Amino acid sequence: MSAETKKIGEIPSFKVTLFVRRFNPEDGQDARWQDFDVEVFGTDRVLDALHKIKWEQDGSLTFRRSCAHGVCGSDAMRINGRNRLACKTLIKDLDITQPIYVEPIKGLAVEKDLVVDMNPFYQAYRDVKPFLIASDKPEKERLQSAEDRERFDDTTKCILCAACTTSCPVFWTDGQYFGPAAIVNAHRFIFDSRDEAAEVRLEILNDKEGVWRCRTTFNCTEACPRGIQVTKAIAEVKQAILRGRA
Amino acid sequence: MVTIETPRSPRSRKHAQWEKWGWLYMRYSGAVLLILIFGHIVINLLSGEGIKQIDFAFVAGKWASPFWQVYDVLMLWLALIHGTNGMRTIVNDYTERETVRKALNYTLWIVCGLLIVLGTLVCVTFDPCIDQAMRASLEVCKG
Ligand code: HEM
Ligand code: SF4
Ligand code: FES
Repeated sequence: MSAETKKIGEIPSFKVTLFVRRFNPEDGQDARWQDFDVEVFGTDRVLDALHKIKWEQDGSLTFRRSCAHGVCGSDAMRINGRNRLACKTLIKDLDITQPIYVEPIKGLAVEKDLVVDMNPFYQAYRDVKPFLIASDKPEKERLQSAEDRERFDDTTKCILCAACTTSCPVFWTDGQYFGPAAIVNAHRFIFDSRDEAAEVRLEILNDKEGVWRCRTTFNCTEACPRGIQVTKAIAEVKQAILRGRA
Repeated sequence: MVTIETPRSPRSRKHAQWEKWGWLYMRYSGAVLLILIFGHIVINLLSGEGIKQIDFAFVAGKWASPFWQVYDVLMLWLALIHGTNGMRTIVNDYTERETVRKALNYTLWIVCGLLIVLGTLVCVTFDPCIDQAMRASLEVCKG
């Protein structure tokens, strides 16, 4: 494009190739890679490229997304081998001289294309009782000091996207491990001064499939789109179990 | 008062305490092994004449002292249990069938137990006089 025809403020566009892992349970074929060439802008995210494929090239491409702004946790996927939210990954930040590989998060059964069965993930979350357990009646606010809040502030940020749990090699082995996300959400209540069931949750996580399976690989911390110090939270839960209290 | 029912019962609670103690053991034994193993390498392979010094007499010399007997027995126990427990972790990760998992883990602990018993026997009952050259040179072997 010459300088004259280029409009002021125009966003540069470029072509990228996406290799998307496709799987259709109804066609009887194994999962396979399919490549798509997409014209994208410098401001586009991987999610925008997937939209362009779905809307302009192949309407059968299946993936989850909802908010498209990194708050709902629907679109965690493995992008160039790393678990990311498609809606928070700018294409220009990837190496666009190479094709971009997009595949479903690992360790959960693939239902179709980029959609996985999240039920085992949610089950582990349910198992840690992720709700306030308090004996008194909630007639007024439960006050808390800034210092007490600070203890679990980081783990309140979780959006249950499963990027951490499905980046964990221990979870990949057999899917029985509670996984980082369940531990993060247990941490959120274990260290909350208003909650009274820390011991119960610590006992739940002091399990054969609990915190002791964590091997401190830091994959979860690297994957978390909310920047939660996941490995640190797991270590704090381990310490609390050893102490016998939060 | 409204109590919230558990939405789902928790998963299996097998070997819960055992995993905690295993985790702690790996850390404490690791810390002690760090000192013991590097001490072992320095004394046996680096100090004095280095790797060339190790022969029957060198070992006999070390095990004449109760300090090195205790040192080596401790290192043997800590490292074998540490290594076997680490292998147990890996077996639990990679095996898919329960029977295979059990068979491998039992094998590991049986081998570990045998090595501990044999190793400890050697360290504790070591007799330098079984060697010809030793019999000729050592006072204790004469008479
Ligand atoms: C030099 C001192 C050593 C230190 C500080 C050390 C430390 C550790 C620690 C902390 C772990 C647990 C890792 C985790 O839970 O993620 C571990 C695992 C392990 N260690 Fe050691 N260790 C030492 C020596 C040894 C020796 C001598 C052996 C072999 C006899 C050994 C074999 C293993 C194995 C097989 C594992 C399991 C690896 C895994 O979980 O994937 N280590 N070590
Ligand atoms: S801890 Fe982070 S990576 Fe894990 S589920 Fe929550 S937001 Fe996602
Ligand atoms: S679509 Fe909601 S987090 Fe990406």
